[in-house]
Amino acid sequence: MSAATALRDGVVIARRNIVNVRRTPGALVTGVAQPIIFVLILAFVFGGALGGGAYRQFLIGGILAQTLTFNSSFTAVYLAKDLQQGIVDRFRALPMSRVGVILGRTSSDLVTSVISLVVILACGLAIGWRTHADPASVVLTFLLLLLFAFAVSWIGAVIALTARSVEVAQSLGLLWLFPVCFISGAFVSAEMLPGPLRLIAQWNPVTAVATAAREGFGNPAPAGFEAAGGWPAEHAPLYALLCCLAIIAVFAPLAVAQYRRISRR
Amino acid sequence: MISLRGVGKSFGGFRALDGVDLEVPAGRVQGLLGPNGAGKTTSVRVLTTLLEPDDGDALVAGHSVRTEPHEVRRRLGVSGQYAAVDDKLTGHENLTLVGELYGMRRREAKARAQELLEHFRLDTVPRGQRAGTYSGGMKRRLDLAGAIVARPPVVILDEPTTGLDPRGRRDTWDAISDLAAGGTTVLLTTQYLEEADELADSIAVIDAGRIIAEGTAGELKAQAGGSRIDVLLVPGAPPEGALRAVAEAAPGAEYDQRAHRITASAPDGPETLRRVLGRLAAAGEPVAEAALRQPTLDEVFLKITGTPGAARLPAEASTGRSDS
Repeated sequence: MSAATALRDGVVIARRNIVNVRRTPGALVTGVAQPIIFVLILAFVFGGALGGGAYRQFLIGGILAQTLTFNSSFTAVYLAKDLQQGIVDRFRALPMSRVGVILGRTSSDLVTSVISLVVILACGLAIGWRTHADPASVVLTFLLLLLFAFAVSWIGAVIALTARSVEVAQSLGLLWLFPVCFISGAFVSAEMLPGPLRLIAQWNPVTAVATAAREGFGNPAPAGFEAAGGWPAEHAPLYALLCCLAIIAVFAPLAVAQYRRISRR
Repeated sequence: MISLRGVGKSFGGFRALDGVDLEVPAGRVQGLLGPNGAGKTTSVRVLTTLLEPDDGDALVAGHSVRTEPHEVRRRLGVSGQYAAVDDKLTGHENLTLVGELYGMRRREAKARAQELLEHFRLDTVPRGQRAGTYSGGMKRRLDLAGAIVARPPVVILDEPTTGLDPRGRRDTWDAISDLAAGGTTVLLTTQYLEEADELADSIAVIDAGRIIAEGTAGELKAQAGGSRIDVLLVPGAPPEGALRAVAEAAPGAEYDQRAHRITASAPDGPETLRRVLGRLAAAGEPVAEAALRQPTLDEVFLKITGTPGAARLPAEASTGRSDS
């Protein structure tokens, strides 16, 4: 099966998915409301103790990384729904690419992530967040964030293809997000975490993406936040990029393998 | 055109298919008849490459589902028991999507979609209306249309009319007959002997994962003792006298207390019915209804296996119809 067929089928499926999302606007409410809630809670409930206005500059990069990670659960739920309703079986009986269905899903879910990005930045601007970087840096940061959203979406796909019921996919798809997003430097400096958690946070891809976003938008850490040390912190954009590629390299083949495995059950 | 060779499939300890052999020549409509859980859907899932068999192999147009699943898919159209249409898309969008996934260009797929909507009389609803608002029969016709978007030489239909109202069933039957008239090789599964009789050139009866009988509808019915007579008694009337009268004119007379009905074989068809009615009249036994009908799948099963089918069938499938 050629890569061209996979891409072509991916586009066809992605188009179908986007039409679906557009006709189920209720499904987008979570994608829009969730980041707003996180921004407001962290900025005004915890933010006061963490540096007030200065923390709000720091926060947005973290919210971006966390929200895009959370968006992988949309992939898990939508794909599980198609599996459960027999739509995927219909696709599997067609002479189409084996990657096409999943690629279409992970691509179309980028639309949700673009919406989340816009909502977060608008919300940030409303509470005083500003970018202090040149446009090229801002654009590159956007692209890195979308690549990350695309990468974690494949994790959601693997969860759906393993769970195969909407309920299981939904709970599994959310469960792993909390430790991954909170044992990180998304909302505080990784250096503020104790012992082993600090080590995890330093190497956590979410930390790298949050740090890279802050660097890319020119948002400094508030006074009192100890600057994170170590290679990942010093090369955050590069490390974030490598993490994205590594996630895709691991989870895309895993998703395709799971997709093939369905025919043995 | 379709060939199942010793196909076996187990789920855990359950043997869903236990060595199924079936040959369907090109252009034939083959019925696969059996109760729920007999292995019909599993056979379909193997043929449509959704499920890999544990033993044996299945060929579609000469290509193995094991080694050339992609070639099989290119030659196959499928319509399922549960219409897998996308509720959020319109009928036209659903068919265009399938066409594109068969490798058609978008414009070609759209034209074909329009053609099929007209063919299946689905163009009467407004173009923007989503498939989710369709009736059960319309959804099934849309699914059926999806199966033939790419004009495949082989079409597999899994219980195409289960759950449809009589009108929807009629419409679906017409659509399948059209398909067969066009020379397409069709394998259709059903729980209803009547449906297999109506549509199929040849019928294979499946039970507990094995083909237990094969033949035309007439041959199977003959095996089950041919036509049957139902005599419904007047409510409250004692059955003894009527049962005696029927037994004098027809073999195998039995009284079903729950239905308050006498059933018997009709070896001479209408002639037997005439004799039975004559006896009943002579004995002065009142009768609410009397009819000649085909044997039900249950009766075919009982005759072939000596045990009733694994599942009781909905009564509407075969009763209440007179074939005389």
